[in-house]
Amino acid sequence: MPTADPAIQLDRVSRHYAMGDTSVRAVNEVSLSVANNEFLALLGSSGSGKSTLLNLIAGLDRPTSGSIIARGRNLASLSSLELARYRCHTIGMIFQSFNLLPRMTLEENVELPLRLAEVDRAERPARVREALEHVRLTHRIGHRPTQLSGGEQQRVAIARALVNRPKILLADEPTGNLDTATGEAILALLRELQSQLGMTIVMVTHERPLAEAFADHLATMGDGKLLSTFAVKGVPQ
Amino acid sequence: MKPRDLTDLALRNLREALLRNALTTLGVAVGVASLVAMLSLGVGLQQLAAKRLSQSGLFDTIFVTPKNAFRGMGRPQRDPDADKPGRSLDDTARREFEALPNVIEVYPQVRFFTEIRFNNRPYAAVVAGMPDSSRNSGAFDGMQGTFFSSAAANVPILQIEFAKDVSDKPSSILGQELVLRYAERQALPSTAANNDASANPGESSGGGFSVVPKELHLKIVGIVETEPAAGYGGYGNARLLMPLATASTLRAAQVNDLRDIVHDSGPAKTTYASLSVRAKSPSQVEALEATIKKMGFNVFSLLDASKSLRTFFTVFDSLLGIFGCLALAVATLGIVNTLVMAILERRREIGVLKALGAADADVQQLFFVEAGVMGFFGGVFGVLLGWMLGRAVTIGTNLYLQRQNLNPIELSYVPWWLTISGLVFAVLVSLAAGLYPASRAAKLNPVDALRYE
Repeated sequence: MPTADPAIQLDRVSRHYAMGDTSVRAVNEVSLSVANNEFLALLGSSGSGKSTLLNLIAGLDRPTSGSIIARGRNLASLSSLELARYRCHTIGMIFQSFNLLPRMTLEENVELPLRLAEVDRAERPARVREALEHVRLTHRIGHRPTQLSGGEQQRVAIARALVNRPKILLADEPTGNLDTATGEAILALLRELQSQLGMTIVMVTHERPLAEAFADHLATMGDGKLLSTFAVKGVPQ
Repeated sequence: MKPRDLTDLALRNLREALLRNALTTLGVAVGVASLVAMLSLGVGLQQLAAKRLSQSGLFDTIFVTPKNAFRGMGRPQRDPDADKPGRSLDDTARREFEALPNVIEVYPQVRFFTEIRFNNRPYAAVVAGMPDSSRNSGAFDGMQGTFFSSAAANVPILQIEFAKDVSDKPSSILGQELVLRYAERQALPSTAANNDASANPGESSGGGFSVVPKELHLKIVGIVETEPAAGYGGYGNARLLMPLATASTLRAAQVNDLRDIVHDSGPAKTTYASLSVRAKSPSQVEALEATIKKMGFNVFSLLDASKSLRTFFTVFDSLLGIFGCLALAVATLGIVNTLVMAILERRREIGVLKALGAADADVQQLFFVEAGVMGFFGGVFGVLLGWMLGRAVTIGTNLYLQRQNLNPIELSYVPWWLTISGLVFAVLVSLAAGLYPASRAAKLNPVDALRYE
């Protein structure tokens, strides 16, 4: 169950891009609060600004104005190196197209965040195995991503995102490249891991039925603005 | 990221585009090879010249003459101390020189013009006495026949050009006999009693001398290709070389004898026209020169010429290095191209790395290490290839020299410092080449990189 202290607090966050002489407001004055251990789904049509907002929360991009407080730290005031450490230790990310490195085995792909976090080499195999156990793929540890189905690849991506034990998981259209059944299975897995590991999930999706089925809260965006937020009733806990 | 992880990832990335990276590394290797080959030839030539010059005995030898030997008679005085009374170059002075530190030996110069008869045909030639120490100087390396059997043996070694003059097949004259016809200096009866019984060459005794023609039969033991007795005070090249002790006992008249008659050096005193003082190494020549000068003698050495030689070869090596670097510069462009291509191909991967927590510095270092690894392997292969090129040039040159009946030479030489420098230079140049791509990769916007298909 979500706790009272917010994991993520957005206050009038804007992200504008210059396109020639015109300024595009990809995110416009968005204020939002995501509680600890909450599963928030960001909904909206293409170009509504939901992925841009997710990138801002991930520290991959900086807001033009406003503040983003994630687990007590204002991302706008962090240096480039501090943002990298934040991405490494505080958040985990999964993507629509999985973004696994095809020349690496599953083990090496999952180990990559541990290398970046400078985790001791002796500790890594157990951590990798633990992460792959969460997604039930230990038997494929020596395989390469191209030898797996889409759903399996996304599970590996989840294992990679979880291996550094993040407190926030950011998912950008995680079911976008999967069929409905597999998509549901992935979200069920996310939900299960959330309750097991205790973490906040922010997921961008345009599949409303799936979001309603698995998220605690829905936030709808349009033209860069936050249109509405509401809690979902009857979500399996 | 830890260095080991960084290296692991870099090697993995390099293995992924093996052919392209191998070709780039080969480019670096060719660049380093050209640099190493050029410089090895420069170093080899420098060593060859230095060896030849050191064999000539010019650079570790100080020629000592009395102060009144070459100056005076109205000519301007070069030495500010020249107006001080000079000392006689006699046995006392010789012993003092021998007692100086870093002096290997002191010997007089015995060199006289004479006639040599071989197969009843006369030949004019300069005869020079060689100290026994010249056996190990390298000047007689590669000679035909043998060196003098002893320091006082009655055997000559002929200079190759002279041997060619006396026979179409120089090697065939080894073991044959020649006749040395020379003018022996004998003291006049009125002063003979005062003469030192063990008179040395170059010596004179006050009161004058007579000249008596003499003959000496000598069995030829060797032919030497170099010119061991050439150099300062050599009056031209000696064509017949014999042991210094043997040449001294001949008491052959020398050009300075007439001068010594008019210069009163005392009836029973041995004086020398000049003495050669050999130092342990050329680096000690300067200090020894100063010491002997203070003792009241004129000194001369070719130290300055040696310095000029070093300057020449430094400039020569620099020019060779610049030409060698051109190939390495081209190879550098290859590294830049390869890494820029890698950025384009791995753009999405860079985005993923950044999303997973890689700092800009991690990405930058990854590309740096990749460039450094290519440089390192290029350097290793390049040094090896450069050495092989140098060997090939040496072998080719020696084949040509062999056909010309000339002795082989060591044309190229790769010293340890060139090996290390080649390797370090290759890595540094590669790192410099990686600067731009690494910086560009580090600055990639992760959001744009993740969108890249």
